[in-house]
Amino acid sequence: MSILVLAEHHDGALAGATAHVVAAAQAIGGDIDVLVAGENVAAVAEAAAKLDGVAKVRLADHAAYAHLLAEPTAALIAELAGDYSHVLAAASTTGKNVLPRVAALKDVSQISEIIAVESPDTFKRPIYAGNAIATVQSEDALKVITVRPTGFDAVGEGGSASVEAVEFVADNAQSTFIKEELAQSDRPELGAAKVVISGGRGMGNGENFKLLEGIADKLGAAIGASRAAVDAGFVPNDMQVGQTGKIVAPELYIAVGISGAIQHLAGMKDSKVIVAINKDEEAPIFQVADYGLVADLFEALPELEQKL
Amino acid sequence: MKVLVAVKRVIDYNVKIRVKPDNSDVDLTNVKMAMNPFCEIAVEEAVRLKEKGVATEIVAVTIGPKAAQEQLRTALALGADRAIHVETDERVESLGAAKALAKVVEAEQPGLVILGKQAIDTDNNQTGQMLAALTGLPQGTFASEVVIENDKAQVTREIDGGLQTIELTLPAIVTTDLRLNEPRYAKLPDIMKAKKKPMDVKSPSDLGVEVASKVKLLKVEPPAERQGGIKVGSVDELVDKLKNEAKVIS
Repeated sequence: MSILVLAEHHDGALAGATAHVVAAAQAIGGDIDVLVAGENVAAVAEAAAKLDGVAKVRLADHAAYAHLLAEPTAALIAELAGDYSHVLAAASTTGKNVLPRVAALKDVSQISEIIAVESPDTFKRPIYAGNAIATVQSEDALKVITVRPTGFDAVGEGGSASVEAVEFVADNAQSTFIKEELAQSDRPELGAAKVVISGGRGMGNGENFKLLEGIADKLGAAIGASRAAVDAGFVPNDMQVGQTGKIVAPELYIAVGISGAIQHLAGMKDSKVIVAINKDEEAPIFQVADYGLVADLFEALPELEQKL
Repeated sequence: MKVLVAVKRVIDYNVKIRVKPDNSDVDLTNVKMAMNPFCEIAVEEAVRLKEKGVATEIVAVTIGPKAAQEQLRTALALGADRAIHVETDERVESLGAAKALAKVVEAEQPGLVILGKQAIDTDNNQTGQMLAALTGLPQGTFASEVVIENDKAQVTREIDGGLQTIELTLPAIVTTDLRLNEPRYAKLPDIMKAKKKPMDVKSPSDLGVEVASKVKLLKVEPPAERQGGIKVGSVDELVDKLKNEAKVIS
């Protein structure tokens, strides 16, 4: 068996999610190649070559792959897929955009967001917003799979894989990149943070999210939000934790003013320790919280910041 | 321009699901069903494009059992002009659905196809992308804004870390994210009128496609239950527990 992993990268740096996907590939077993596609991504390829367990890095460095638009990137992977039994990518917005297109080009099914590998053709994945776990078996010769990064521990560094250039250049006549507006943040990335503190509708407004910042700074935490807080316009949507936002599984998740709707729980209930601060003691979040504090967040947050 | 909208009948998003005792699947008997929330957003976007004069006709399509016609009637009540039901009792997954939709696209030749980004039952997030691949069309997934101008679609996409805007040549496939729009409710007179709108029922074999799932569902289990937690009485106690009991902060 041989496995191709699509590398995830941002701003010329390899993203942490890739090391989790390589771990999933190791669980499947076989030779693991990493595909680095993009424009001016030699540094990404070097970083990928250092990941434990990687046999070879295939580097497709060309303007056609800038911003990893779905059409050229899927065409590239479909071109390379013949050499492999499995194609894996992180279940990020990039992986979710590109891989189903690859699967259909190869006339095979895709298995989305696996959280465990049972055997090279059998996987576990959450369905119904994480309220059930399905075990599924693929009979396709080529398995196309997206991996939920929080389901697998990242591999370390210490490898020294060779880097080999890919000559194939995909046509990209149908789609054009116009612009990107990325939210600026000095805090750790939400999906990779060890500690996450999230605010919900109970925060009242966007200004009050400042109450979370001091605590986040002291704990080295990322700040998240519930869908209610995003829909109310308190914070931008890339902060959303939930079925339709980011899936996180930090060591510590602090939910502040969040009721705990199914949609939100789907994004955070695999956290190691969950703390809920809510003034409504009947809020469903207390059913999953290891430590619950029934209190007014406007009193509890400043006190918590001071005592940390 | 004709707009094709794909909708799916799923369990209502407020229902707390139960796994069957034999672990074969989720129990859907006597459970409230509804249109998938992302599909509602897709229908709404098509209707808004028609209201702006961009779309001339809206065709709603679904693949599934006879009962799924309820969701097509909902789409018709919301503003779709006619509906196509690809009727099957098979368990259909994304690839099968995309193959059936590709045949409908081939027959209808829409200028734009809108789907939800994912269905809340299988949480797959695949069908739109697969349909784009099978039809050879460009894709604008996770759209939070769609602007149609001069035979192009400018699509703003929700990506990890922010927003990305791309331009696609039409025809194109777009999948909706939550913030694309706020779907309207169907009005009673429109629900009545929707009963008279045309609905074309076809079988997968009429379309010449095989929709049955190729991925075997071996087992469905409830997720691991979390241990019941405790309530603390004060911030001091909380900090103490986190430091000394859970040891997640130092």
